[in-house]
Amino acid sequence: MTAELLIEQFLNGLQFGFMLFLMSAGLTLIFGVMGLINLAHGSLYMIGAFSAAATFAFFNSFWLSLLASFSCAAIVGIIVEKTIIRKLYNRDHLDQVLVTFALILFFSELVRWIFGAFPLYLDVPELLNGSIEIFSGIYYSKYRLFIIFVGLIIAIFLFFLIGKTNLGIQIRAGQHDREMISALGVDISKLYTLLFGVGAALAGLAGALIGTIQSVEVGMGEPILILAFVIIVIGGIGSIKGAFIASLLVGVVDTLGRFLIPWVLQTVTNPSDAMSIGSAIGSMLIYILMAIILILKPTGLYGKQLS
Amino acid sequence: MFKIINLVLSIVLLFTSSAFADGHKLKVGMITTLSGGGSGLGIDVRDGFMLAVRSSKDIEVVIEDDQRKPDIAVQLADKMIQSEKVDVLTGIIWSNLAMAVVPAAVNQGKFYLSPNAGPSALAGKGCHENYFNVAWQNDNLHEAAGGHANSTGFKNTFILAPNYPAGKDALTGFKRYFKGNLAGEIYTKLGQTDYAVEIAQIRASNADSVFFFLPGGMGIGFMKQYAQSGIEIPVVGPAFSFDQGILKAVGDAALGVKNTSQWSKDLDNKANKKFVSDFQNEYGRLPSLYASQGYDTGRLLISAMAKASVNDMEAFRDALRSADFDSTRGQFRFSSNHHPIQNIYVREVIKEGDTLTNKIVSVGLKDHSNAYVDQCSM
Repeated sequence: MTAELLIEQFLNGLQFGFMLFLMSAGLTLIFGVMGLINLAHGSLYMIGAFSAAATFAFFNSFWLSLLASFSCAAIVGIIVEKTIIRKLYNRDHLDQVLVTFALILFFSELVRWIFGAFPLYLDVPELLNGSIEIFSGIYYSKYRLFIIFVGLIIAIFLFFLIGKTNLGIQIRAGQHDREMISALGVDISKLYTLLFGVGAALAGLAGALIGTIQSVEVGMGEPILILAFVIIVIGGIGSIKGAFIASLLVGVVDTLGRFLIPWVLQTVTNPSDAMSIGSAIGSMLIYILMAIILILKPTGLYGKQLS
Repeated sequence: MFKIINLVLSIVLLFTSSAFADGHKLKVGMITTLSGGGSGLGIDVRDGFMLAVRSSKDIEVVIEDDQRKPDIAVQLADKMIQSEKVDVLTGIIWSNLAMAVVPAAVNQGKFYLSPNAGPSALAGKGCHENYFNVAWQNDNLHEAAGGHANSTGFKNTFILAPNYPAGKDALTGFKRYFKGNLAGEIYTKLGQTDYAVEIAQIRASNADSVFFFLPGGMGIGFMKQYAQSGIEIPVVGPAFSFDQGILKAVGDAALGVKNTSQWSKDLDNKANKKFVSDFQNEYGRLPSLYASQGYDTGRLLISAMAKASVNDMEAFRDALRSADFDSTRGQFRFSSNHHPIQNIYVREVIKEGDTLTNKIVSVGLKDHSNAYVDQCSM
């Protein structure tokens, strides 16, 4: 194994982490501020990818399809919040799980009904095709660098939004004391709608970015959703900073684990066994990571301390 | 949370189950993947099967969706056997699901006709007189790919497949025929769609070729990312990642790739021509190899019903074994462990107008059986 390969795998881990951040940022805000468990977050990811693919088929433009992904997901998110989610804020988590699970089924069937069960096509634009030499001897996919770049921009944008703006102050206040902030004259239901829309837009954007190099198909959101929940638990529910750190941590640990564990095992057993045992352990790794972190810090890395 | 999901699913199942009363017909229970990832495969098998049996008034089909989950497939099989009282089960796409359902079903005196999954465990020691595979034994297409890699002159191949029974069969099958070195061997996670890690390893491996078995959406992700990475090492694989259902999603990245299949749209025989045109008329799309397997399964069933009643198990089994039907693959017969003996072709992905599709370039393995015949004592 060479240093170049290790660095490339580390970059892959970072890229995966940034992608996970786009998913988990929205989820953790919605969960943390609004107290809502939104299982349908994966559906918004899927809606983003499908609206991007449909736009791409029509206009043949990657950038337009990116625009379509987050705007469609945001619009759908806002409609869903106004019609359904809104009624769930005062209900317990069980009701929220049931309703948002129903939304998963509903959106999956709706998308299948509109687009059919076969995967759609979405491709990387010419500008981002191929790879680029970042250091001497290290080539990395331009598109994956682009995903890292978008992830960074979104992260900076969110930190600025939460930390420096009026809206951010309201969001943080809402996290601490919902009743007090509405007593102070902030229209909490408007705030919630906006927040849900932002979360949906981020999920939709992630769907389009990832759908471009993977497959755009019904049910693509659920595997990502599980990882996103792992991340917000590791990071501490409601914390953007926690989601950011945990995303990168999970991305890098998962990627390097999948790559290094079989390689280490090869020194003690034959390649075939090392591969199958290694890949089994590799896929458990992030859950082991989650267990360890929760033992050390029961509320996650940046979660509110239990009183 | 999962308790709740289970509860919800049971309620859903409760409402979708239907009760039939007619006892004279042959009743088929089809368990296949109709939702979520991989549903394109199940839908093709179902549509192919229904196309074959639509004209038969004596066949009644109950169709259920396994969602690619073994536990759900087992529940559905129990329900179909105990309350629906089906005679024949069919439909399962994935080998891990087949391993969970088939042994129990055939031991309860039901016939199982597999339109896809053909795990080695069910071909060798675990073979059963009531289990017939109409598609292939899992290793078959990969064996042909190994042979093709030899004849192309590949000496150092990087191989990868998902970590589940069919993935293991795939790499075993490839290695059985491939004579060169392995530049690397990787098992990926089933359902994985990002292959950055594996592609980086391929780039660093000095391989002269790549063999991969990644069915459904997994293969779409791999091919797109591979093309995008700029690596120009040729790939070879079984038909599953270059099939009609997903070629459109893979796009031009697939153009020119050689893949191995027991069936192709351009196979020149009467049954196939009728199948391809009927399928297009009925569903408005080109058939895939999964559809051809579903169709052949239906045709086999009809041919057996013409010879014997399903109530006479011995006679019905003999009728199935004789495989007296015109397969879309031309020549078709069963080996002693009830798996097809058939040609495996090498196809190439081409463009017909704007449509990506496959054409046959050569016969990879002629009258090919499987490696597990001797292990089956039936």
